[in-house]
Amino acid sequence: MVDKDWHWAHEVHRHFREIGISQAAYVPDGGLADLIKLCNADEHIRSVVLTTEEEGVAQIAGAWLGGKRGVFLTQSGGVGNCINMFSMIAECRIPFFSMVSMRGQWGETIPWQVPMGQATAAALEAAGVIVETAWDPREVPEMVEACTKLAFDAGRAVAVVISQRITGTGDRG
Amino acid sequence: MSDYSLKRREVVHRILENRGDAAVITGIGNASHDVASAGDNSLNMYLFGVMGGAVMTAFGVAIAQPNRRVLVITGDGELLAGIGSLATVGVERPDNLSIIVIDNQAYGATGGQLTHTAAGVDLVGIAKASGIKRSELLQSWEDVERCVGEIYGGEGPFFGVVKVSSAQEPRVNVPNDGTLTARRFRGAISLSEPA
Amino acid sequence: MIDTNITWSGHVFNILREAGVKQIAYVPDAGHTDLINLSIKDNDLIQVPLTTEEEGVAVLAGAWLGGQKGVLLMQSSGVGNVINMLSVADECRFPLLMIVTMRGEWGEFNPWQVPMGQATEKVLEAMKVIVLRAYTPFDVAETVQAAAKLAFGAGRKVAVLISQKIIGQKDWQK
Repeated sequence: MVDKDWHWAHEVHRHFREIGISQAAYVPDGGLADLIKLCNADEHIRSVVLTTEEEGVAQIAGAWLGGKRGVFLTQSGGVGNCINMFSMIAECRIPFFSMVSMRGQWGETIPWQVPMGQATAAALEAAGVIVETAWDPREVPEMVEACTKLAFDAGRAVAVVISQRITGTGDRG
Repeated sequence: MSDYSLKRREVVHRILENRGDAAVITGIGNASHDVASAGDNSLNMYLFGVMGGAVMTAFGVAIAQPNRRVLVITGDGELLAGIGSLATVGVERPDNLSIIVIDNQAYGATGGQLTHTAAGVDLVGIAKASGIKRSELLQSWEDVERCVGEIYGGEGPFFGVVKVSSAQEPRVNVPNDGTLTARRFRGAISLSEPA
Repeated sequence: MIDTNITWSGHVFNILREAGVKQIAYVPDAGHTDLINLSIKDNDLIQVPLTTEEEGVAVLAGAWLGGQKGVLLMQSSGVGNVINMLSVADECRFPLLMIVTMRGEWGEFNPWQVPMGQATEKVLEAMKVIVLRAYTPFDVAETVQAAAKLAFGAGRKVAVLISQKIIGQKDWQK
């Protein structure tokens, strides 16, 4: 049975609440817009809009240093702005959970998105981040749940990549 | 380019005299040595990489620990590499975050090449225009003494640029094992939550 | 024949001049000091000191659009700041020449440099940059020469990684 009002973002947000996420850092993005909206509306989560994605990696590292849990939300292009900042996550072994919405992939229409999109997973892995990619919206909540365990319980850097098949191929800018 | 009379280490030591249970994040380079030379502390987190990341790391701590004062002590080169952070802090305005820039107008760690502040880039102007109302230029001991109270109190974030001599100070042993310093810091923070 | 009275930086400087490089964009770095100082003495060259390395990729895209050749000098940690900006060079197939002094490898003493140093080649290759490495001072000039040909002749994005073995095992902290 298909519920047309169902969106993975609601379940992911509910999970964020359950595990005590108190900071969300992001550069506004279409693919994660629903999740960002839910985080913004949640009084338990401090949502912070960044000028560039590398700020978010540092902020979420700071959240953990301050005894709290944060999530970093970015588009695949933003991943390319964070690679050096991931050094801190790797060197200090800071638990780090992020969600990446893909561009430059499935059905992309803007050529300039393709180079970074095709390099996203490789760049994350080179920076020491464990990557899991979701191709079907129904698998997102379970994947997020598993990956937050890997991040916050097993103390790893993890990215859940939401494929463009899920976020849509529309020619957003 | 003019040189300045304030000595970076004396200024940092003076500021830290009043730290109490404040947490301190240091930027890569000389700032880490300035802070460590005042005495190591579990509530110090020294960054040895991630140029441009000090302000936002401290910001994350500040909003996680709203009842604790969080200081960033960093250099002009490090701040310039993440200058957008000032815009983000200017929008979010955490009350408990103070950013101290030790501005020697040079990349001291790589041989003293000039930074953009040597050519007149005005960090205080950028901070003010970003919405950080309490932004101060410190050029004398009177300025430092006047601002020490501001650093540990007041409404909204504090941003101070201390113009210092470009003379290099001796290096000290700074703990550079991030797995150690990060966990030590986090432990100290959670064991001593201020009311 | 290599003139041993000239340092590798001197040779590289000559090669860049011969290749017609006009713009030198860089974030100051100890390993590049000699090369930067040589370029400052040359009135025909334009130096662009940057606050962060990603500016440099954009500067060189502009240089190419404006009809000039340029080079980006940086340390390996800076490579981690340019990855998304490399999309411009890839998508428009601009020539791009980068000379990178390595940290976080041979004899490194600052642990924080290691993650990025070990990832440098991988992330460049993920962005389809051709990576050439120099491990001895004698290799540097020839490698930069080959890289400049690949960049400006064959129209490719190329990075020369200069080993930390050449720069010296830095024994002071950054």
